[in-house]
Amino acid sequence: MKGYLVSLRAIVTREAWRFLNQRSRFFAALVRPMVWLVVFAAGFRAALGLSIIPPYQTYITYEVYIVPGLCGMIQLFNAMQSSLSLVYDREMGSMRLLLTSPLPRGWLLFCKLLAGTAVSLLQVYVFLLLAAVFGIRMPAFGYLYAFPALVISGLMLGALGLLISSTIRQLENFAGVMNFVIFPMFFLSSALYPLWKMQESSALLRDICAVNPFTHAVELIRFALYGQLNAVALLWIVSTFLVCLLGAFWGYDPARTMMRRPGG
Amino acid sequence: MRALMNVFSVRDVSYNYGSKAALDDVTIELDTGRFCALLGPNGAGKSTLFALLTRLLVARQGSIHIAGHDFAREPRKALARLGVVFQQPTLDLDMSVSWNLSYFAALQGLSGGVVSQRIDAVLDRLDMRERAGEKVRELNGGHRRRMEIARALIHEPDILLLDEPTVGLDAASRSAITDYAHDLAESGMLIFWATHLVDEIRPADDVVVLHKGKVLTHERAAHLAGSGQLIDAFTRLTGPAPGLVPNHAVTVS
Repeated sequence: MKGYLVSLRAIVTREAWRFLNQRSRFFAALVRPMVWLVVFAAGFRAALGLSIIPPYQTYITYEVYIVPGLCGMIQLFNAMQSSLSLVYDREMGSMRLLLTSPLPRGWLLFCKLLAGTAVSLLQVYVFLLLAAVFGIRMPAFGYLYAFPALVISGLMLGALGLLISSTIRQLENFAGVMNFVIFPMFFLSSALYPLWKMQESSALLRDICAVNPFTHAVELIRFALYGQLNAVALLWIVSTFLVCLLGAFWGYDPARTMMRRPGG
Repeated sequence: MRALMNVFSVRDVSYNYGSKAALDDVTIELDTGRFCALLGPNGAGKSTLFALLTRLLVARQGSIHIAGHDFAREPRKALARLGVVFQQPTLDLDMSVSWNLSYFAALQGLSGGVVSQRIDAVLDRLDMRERAGEKVRELNGGHRRRMEIARALIHEPDILLLDEPTVGLDAASRSAITDYAHDLAESGMLIFWATHLVDEIRPADDVVVLHKGKVLTHERAAHLAGSGQLIDAFTRLTGPAPGLVPNHAVTVS
C-alpha cells in the first residue's frame, strides 16, 4: 500500500511543479477565462436577459452566470493539455517509465488523472480569487462546497482526456481533436447560456446540450457554488467518468497494440 | 521448477504486426553474470523484442520468464526484476538529477532513506555524485546516458536491458559506458545489450544474432568470430548489413 501512495505523491508533485514552472501555461490558463469574464461577459450582458432559474434565487448579472462555466472551461482546457502531454510523453519515450513500472498500470494512470485534477483545482481557485477581486463573488460557503464538485468534474474531464490520448498515435493529430472536443463541448453546453435560452432557438441544439457531459459538469459546479447538490448532474458525471476511465484502461492495455510500432 | 530456470528465458516467441512477422519463434536463454549482445541490423526485430521484454507489448505466442516470473502470469513481479535503459531518452530535462532518480524510485514504489542511500551509491559508481543537484538539461549526452543507467539500477534488478544505449555518444563516452556494463556483468548481473556496433562486444561475451525476426545464432563472440573478425562472421550470416559498424576489437586467433 505504501508503494501506491509513494507513486501517487511523486506523480502529483511532479505535475504540479511542472505546471508552476511553465509560467506561460499558468498565465494562459488564467488569462483565457478572465478575458471571457471581463470582456465577453460585459458585452454580452446587454444582449442576454436571464430569468431566475435554480440555483439562483434572485436576478443575477451575466458575469455571475458564466463563472461556473468558466471554471469548467479551465478544467476542460487543463484536461486536454494533460492529454496532449501524455501523447507527447509517449511520442518522446518518457511515458515508458510509467508503463514499465511494476505498479499496476491502471493505478499509475489514475495517479496521472489525480495530478491533472489537482493542477486544475489550483487554476480554478486562483481564477475565482481574481473574479472576486473584480467584484464577481459567490456565497462564501460556495467556495468550499464547490471543492468536491470540482474534483469530480476534473476527474471526469481528465478521464476523457486520458481516453483521447490512448487513441491518438501521433502528436500532429492532436490539434484536430482539440477542435472537435473542446469547442463543441464548451459551446454546446450551459456554460455561456442556460438551456431554456437555447431551446428558444433550436430544440435539437438544446437536446444536444442536455446530453453533453460538460453541461452537467458546469451545472454541478454552479449548484455547488450555491450550496446545493445537483444529483442528476452528479450521476451523469460519475457515469461518464467510469466509461471514459475504463475505455482509457482498455486503450493502454499492452495486450492491445495501441503503442506505436517500435522501429528496428 | 523455478530453480532450474535461467534468470532470462524467452521461449518460442513470435510476434506479428498484422500480416508482417516481426519475431519468428525466438528462443534465448541466459544466466546471471553474463554480458549478452543482441546484434542485428535495423529492422531485425530488436526493438520489438525489447517492447515484449518490457511489456510495452504482450507476446501472444511463446513465453517470457524473468527471474523465474512468467510475464503472462506475474508481469509486475517480472518487471520489478528488470532495469531498462531505452534507446530514446526518458529523462525530465528540467528536473534535477536526484529528482529524476527519486521519481523513478517512487514509480517502483520505493521511498525514504533506502532510496537516498541507493541514489548516492549509483551516482558514486558512475562518478556523478557531485552532479546530483544539477538540472539534467545541463548535462552532456554521455552523462545523461550514465544517469539513465544509474536510474535503471536503483531498484537493484537482476537483469539490465539496454537498447542501443551508446547511439549518438562520442567515443570516450561509448567506451566508458560499455566498460561499465561489462563490470556490472562481472559483478553478477545479466546484461542484455542490443546494438549494431560490433566494437562494443568482447570475445567472452554472448552474441545473439537476430535477423528478419529470427535468431540465427547464439554463441560466444570469440567462437562466432573464429579466426577472423566478428563483423565478417556477422556478414556471412546476414548478408551485407547497411549501418553495421565494423570492428577491430574482436579478432580471435
